[in-house]
Amino acid sequence: MSRYLRPAARLATSARAQAIRPSVASPFLSRPAAVSSLQKRTYANASGVKDYTVRDALNEALAEELEANDKVFVLGEEVAQYNGAYKVTKGLLDRFGEKRIIDTPITESGFCGLAVGAALSGLHPVCEFMTFNFAMQAIDQIVNSAAKTLYMSGGIQPCNITFRGPNGFASGVGAQHSQDYSAWYGSIPGLKVVSPWSAEDAKGLLKAAIRDPNPVVFLENELMYGQSFPMSEAAQKDDFVIPFGKAKIERAGKDLTIVSLSRCVGQSLVAAENLKKKYGVEVEVINLRSVKPLDIETIIKSVKKTHRLLAVESGFPAYGVSAEILALTMEYGFDYLDGPAQRVTGADVPTPYAAGLEDMSFPNEGVIERFAAKMLRL
Amino acid sequence: MVLGRRTALQQPLLRSPATASTTAAPAVTLPARRHAGSLSQRPDAKHVSFPGAVKSAFSNTLRFEQPSTYPALATYRAMDQHGVAADPSFVPDLSEDAVVKLYRDMLTVSIMDLIMFDAQRQGRLSFYMVSAGEEAVSVATASALEKEDVIFCQYREQGVFRQRGFTLADFMNQLFANRKDPGKGRNMPVHYGSKELNIHTISSPLATQLPQASGAAYALKIQRMQDPSIPPRVVAAFFGEGAASEGDFHAALNIAATRSCPVIFICRNNGYAISTPTLDQYRGDGIASRGLGYGIETIRVDGNDFWAVREATKKARELALQDGGKPVLIEAMTYRVSHHSTSDDSFAYRARVEVEDWKRRDNPIARLRKWMEVKGCWDEAKEKEARESIRRDVLKAFSEAEREKKPPIRSMFEDMYENLTPDLQEQMKTLKKQIEQYPDEYDVGEFEEGAGSLGR
Repeated sequence: MSRYLRPAARLATSARAQAIRPSVASPFLSRPAAVSSLQKRTYANASGVKDYTVRDALNEALAEELEANDKVFVLGEEVAQYNGAYKVTKGLLDRFGEKRIIDTPITESGFCGLAVGAALSGLHPVCEFMTFNFAMQAIDQIVNSAAKTLYMSGGIQPCNITFRGPNGFASGVGAQHSQDYSAWYGSIPGLKVVSPWSAEDAKGLLKAAIRDPNPVVFLENELMYGQSFPMSEAAQKDDFVIPFGKAKIERAGKDLTIVSLSRCVGQSLVAAENLKKKYGVEVEVINLRSVKPLDIETIIKSVKKTHRLLAVESGFPAYGVSAEILALTMEYGFDYLDGPAQRVTGADVPTPYAAGLEDMSFPNEGVIERFAAKMLRL
Repeated sequence: MVLGRRTALQQPLLRSPATASTTAAPAVTLPARRHAGSLSQRPDAKHVSFPGAVKSAFSNTLRFEQPSTYPALATYRAMDQHGVAADPSFVPDLSEDAVVKLYRDMLTVSIMDLIMFDAQRQGRLSFYMVSAGEEAVSVATASALEKEDVIFCQYREQGVFRQRGFTLADFMNQLFANRKDPGKGRNMPVHYGSKELNIHTISSPLATQLPQASGAAYALKIQRMQDPSIPPRVVAAFFGEGAASEGDFHAALNIAATRSCPVIFICRNNGYAISTPTLDQYRGDGIASRGLGYGIETIRVDGNDFWAVREATKKARELALQDGGKPVLIEAMTYRVSHHSTSDDSFAYRARVEVEDWKRRDNPIARLRKWMEVKGCWDEAKEKEARESIRRDVLKAFSEAEREKKPPIRSMFEDMYENLTPDLQEQMKTLKKQIEQYPDEYDVGEFEEGAGSLGR
């Protein structure tokens, strides 16, 4: 892909070259009571752009892939009868039947293992975790079986599987339900890891994940499900996929590069807008979309232009996604930097339950804005 | 018996030096260990003597066992739905006052649940879980345990806390995460814990408490082997039938059985795991059949029958302490009248009439009340008085806890590690300086000790 990448990293990318406090009440074992009222899809405007919630976009992606390929099926806790803990699989049982939309017992290691086995036998399962916090019960299946079998079998045993579900902190659900696993899965050779922000991201990346012949970890965000985004006419079609390993420049700028993913992209955009209003600076915001492979080329190109880099994410700071971005920027873009690359992350603390403390544990628009202003000496 | 057969010749050949050394000095309190090397198949034997199955007769019929041909395990009842004794051998072992006290515990939990559920709906709490329909399982089991016994709960056992002495203020302080909450406001609501009452703090991920309970029981057993003057203790571990699908449940039962741990596994089989009904949760004869599979003494009881649950737990505790300790499984059959939690609307997956029907037909509180009325120690007037006074007490504790100060600011830095690390100390110092420098910007009055907790 690019000269910025070391050989091992290049191999990993070769297979597919190609804001606001949420309204969703936050659940624990887990779900909002009446989310269906949040699902909305507006009429098309003149240019064919429609508003989709992230939830709708995911639902449409699943429906289209289930329609297109009868090897695809969905399984997980409460995905069928109950329409999914967060209603992402709403209506799929009625449309595709119980052979393809499967409710499971509360056995993450069991149903995840079953899904991996089905993938090793040639099906293309979409394995939903009620949240990625619960996937810890099944992580051996993901890391030791799904990610490694192709390699260890000498390439004869592919594992086309998609693990998906909400990731990261929600709201008022305490330390054991508020973790971001991007860095965990992003560190595993053999896995691909993507994390959408907008409705278009959600649809295009999920479809790509299901089609990708490798195991893909698809990290959604509970706080984003009910948020609406305009969806272009092209993205509404059933052939819309977003290639892995390509970041998207959500906002062009020349003074500072903010690299972010998932929900923090929206927060960074708000911060960028405020910085422009207050100080007249132009901040470039890059939506990573893909954690592994990571699009370092786009990041370095941007740094060449802005000479400053700020990574923003909601994971824990140590050994995280931001740490990787900063390290790669240092390795490949050091000479273009006018100051040290920096990061805004979640706090290095088990997520507190108390609302005030929880609020302070993660980046928000104000924190990003202030930190960026400090970097730019505004 | 083939089992004990052992020849002088076989021993040195079949035993590894490691196993030989463990048998050199057999522990007095433990039953003699069986060694693979001590078994062998006699010619023309009628029974299997493979190491993995020592009492299995040979069969010359090729036949698979059908689970459906076995009758479902019976459900023990001490009193019927009308509160009349059903087991002729059952003799209540509690005074009327003691029963009334336990009945009030059940009432307290059910009234507190209603009030707190509504409080969550009003936005005063982020989350709550009620235990309607399951009050007997927790109160009656707890009543048959000793104070020194160690408890691991799942998250629907308010009754256990209440019976063991958790006050309304204790509940409310945790729910409102105030300065009197021993968890310092770090946990989600209903994640209670109490060192004084020997109840481990509740952990959200399902079934993780079960292997831990086996381990705690193992520790109790070893402690007593080392110091026989310690009174015998057991561990009681609670879980739902949904949690029994997790791998941890199976690991817990197997390790408890093989290590002979004095632990009572108490399953609240309430029919639903969030929205998943038992039919989709498991096959076979409930959770009780799993216990038998792991070689564990097991009983199924009517979980809406206060007396049955209490009797079963009493007996289970005795069994668990026999033979140097062993696990016991109780499957208490009940019905989750409530929604799973405040995040759930169960009428999306079950008929309202089903719930109403259960409430009317069989409710643990109503059943014990009938029993008490038959005995003459309870009546409508007492019921009315009890309900009113409990409601008053709950609301009082509620408003007191809601007004209470928040934990000290210092607690924000504490307990991630045993001692504050240098960088945390530095952060605390910086915060203190910041607050002192800009007193108008920071209102720290709602925290215990204000800024003072950050050190001098």
